[in-house]
Amino acid sequence: MQTKQNKVKALLLNAILAAAVCHTAFAGLKPGDAFPDLAAFKLEGRLPEGMKGKVVVVDFWASWCGPCKESFPAMNDLQKKYSDRGLLIVAVNVDEARKDMDEFLKANPAGFTVVRDAAQALVAKANVGTMPSSFILDRQGKVRFVHSGFHGDKTRKQYEEEIESLLSK
Amino acid sequence: MTTAIRVLSLAGLALAALTLAGCENVKPWQRGTLADYTMRGDRDPIGQEQVDHIYFSREMASGGRGVGGGGCGCN
Repeated sequence: MQTKQNKVKALLLNAILAAAVCHTAFAGLKPGDAFPDLAAFKLEGRLPEGMKGKVVVVDFWASWCGPCKESFPAMNDLQKKYSDRGLLIVAVNVDEARKDMDEFLKANPAGFTVVRDAAQALVAKANVGTMPSSFILDRQGKVRFVHSGFHGDKTRKQYEEEIESLLSK
Repeated sequence: MTTAIRVLSLAGLALAALTLAGCENVKPWQRGTLADYTMRGDRDPIGQEQVDHIYFSREMASGGRGVGGGGCGCN
């Protein structure tokens, strides 16, 4: 009887532990993974043409996110600097309300493509661990670099190095 | 194993299953409402200071109120 009771106890504990693990596990996209086809998600806004064969930065952002705001000037500079060498930045907004995004963009103009993932389907698929998060894709559409958060000049420099390395391939 | 124990453990398991279903993580991209200004713990510095003062007078201790939950959770 004693052992059976222990078994039940162990079972209960296992169930609780399993639930806890399930809730904390993050399994986002890693370098080497193929990035999901952006066109397959019903994103608001227009995706740039001729994305194939280009180095693409997919950045997930929201209007309520401070570091996202900080990242906009950096991404503007990057887009300007590397556009003729084949860089495209696609910033995917995940705001719940379109109005929030529009207001943000009015105050922080974007010189790159902005689309909105209203259903939050793409961001859920990418399963990002923090906001903002960005994925740098090579010319074959594979994830090469992943950025969690934006840390000012440090991240800006990393972006430049990584983009340069992919553009020269 | 008596029936009582079996029923009790089954009830416990059912209760765990029911209550754990309520433990949902807020995903990083769903924190829009939590990131709102009104959800910030430090939005009223004077009020917070008063609360801290009362707490210190009453408890002879201060600090230890750094509780996560609200905010943007960015970076």
